[in-house]
Amino acid sequence: MSTNERNYPAPVINLETAPFWAAANEGVFLLKRCETCGEVHFYPRAVCPHCLSLKTQWFKASGKASIYSFSVMRRVEIPYVIAYVSLSEGVTVLSNIVDADIDQIAINDKVEVTFRRSESGQFLPVFRPENYAQSIDS
Amino acid sequence: MKRLSKAFIAGAFEHPTRKAVDKTVPQLHAEVAAGALKDAGLTKDDVDGYFCASDAPGLGGHSMAEYMGLNLRYIDTTETGGSSYLVHVSHAVDAISSGRCSVALITLAGRPRAEGVVSLAARDYGGGAPELGFELPYGPTITNQYAMAAMRHMYEYGTTSEQLAWIKVAASHHAQHNENALLREVVTVSDVLNSPMIADPLHRLDCCVISDGGGALVVVGPQHAKAIGDRCVKILGRGESIKHLNGGRVDLTYTGAAVSGPIAFSEARLSPSDIDYVSIYDSFTITVLETLEDLGFCVKGQGGQFVSDGNLISGVGRLPFNTDGGGLCNNHPNNRGGMTKVIEAVRQLRGEAHPRVQVPDCLLALAHGTGGSIGTRMGSATLILGGNNA
Repeated sequence: MSTNERNYPAPVINLETAPFWAAANEGVFLLKRCETCGEVHFYPRAVCPHCLSLKTQWFKASGKASIYSFSVMRRVEIPYVIAYVSLSEGVTVLSNIVDADIDQIAINDKVEVTFRRSESGQFLPVFRPENYAQSIDS
Repeated sequence: MKRLSKAFIAGAFEHPTRKAVDKTVPQLHAEVAAGALKDAGLTKDDVDGYFCASDAPGLGGHSMAEYMGLNLRYIDTTETGGSSYLVHVSHAVDAISSGRCSVALITLAGRPRAEGVVSLAARDYGGGAPELGFELPYGPTITNQYAMAAMRHMYEYGTTSEQLAWIKVAASHHAQHNENALLREVVTVSDVLNSPMIADPLHRLDCCVISDGGGALVVVGPQHAKAIGDRCVKILGRGESIKHLNGGRVDLTYTGAAVSGPIAFSEARLSPSDIDYVSIYDSFTITVLETLEDLGFCVKGQGGQFVSDGNLISGVGRLPFNTDGGGLCNNHPNNRGGMTKVIEAVRQLRGEAHPRVQVPDCLLALAHGTGGSIGTRMGSATLILGGNNA
């Protein structure tokens, strides 16, 4: 499928987010939880946006999500699906849906994290239908 | 009983150009400033407060103040995207009523068409923005962000593409009478649905135009207004807000108007049923639909029904909107539609809109601006304005 996907621009990485991107290169999707208020937030920050505590900790996310909303970008050379997906940990994140029939995607579809190499070589979390692995096996 | 107002819009001017190949951006700022000052019967030497956003070239307002030869004792360069100019009106009221300035000039100008700006490009407001790494790689564009709001609104409330199309249809009915409008052709619901899909579910005709030009406003206090006369428009209520992704607690079905609207109505001591005319920021059809709901013109989720069957067409429906043709048909200078929203509301309240779209006895109007993106971070601003007899 990746042969007819668009090129992914490299993410801007900074001091606060470097661990997230290092983990992505290992195939791990990290989130941050605040030790003070207990809330998970996204995108990951050094400072909790819910209580401004500095005590935010990385943890490994399940990678399981459902589609909150999406749009197929049509007026480009290679159409692609942008989406907000709601992770089971309670945060909704911007991403792309890959390995899917772009005309069959629907809100609430179950998806799971997978990774794509961006133009710099940095891996990037994206999401694919949860049944994707089974569908290519059968 | 006549309503009191702490400040008034005394001058308004919309640049007639829609493609400014032969003009610089500073020149456009100065031309709209001259137009609005002339409209108010004032000169640039009367101006002591200047308000502009990031479309003004140079550091803050410094360069434009110098270019136009303004001598200032008050400056405000608040940047909230396309809604900036409504925020400027609100801040000008506070500056004037606290004695910080007496004549406030607000300008907007730009030439994205002449410069060939590619609207599909992902938006990047600057390398230091903390969200960039988590957004730009995924190809967010202005259109697909608003499209995701539309998609979710459809899912939650059953809103349809036909209903969204009615918003464009209404705008086109108005634009046919505006000789400066970029798109003057009247379109039907099926024209909208048959136009190319840009980003599901938004078609080309769900999107606003890209145009050059700009506009300016002059805000004054009661003393100046008395001298200028009955073309002055009262500023009765003001509200602003910023809505964002809230640490990942995302809800795309409402806008910042849900906060800015009630603040403005409360200050004006008015309710949506009092309003004769609305200017609603219309970057996309979905922007109008969500905003009308959030401002309380209909129950949340029923915007689709509300905008259908010509309800927004002047002389036909219950709530005439964007009688200049709006951003969908007339003008969206520098991709920032807030300024023109205020200008058409001023025309309506003065009885100076095109006769075919003028709302009879238009006494109370609302103008609303949205800046940034309803798919991520937005600035919202609401103004409630009154005519001389309000």
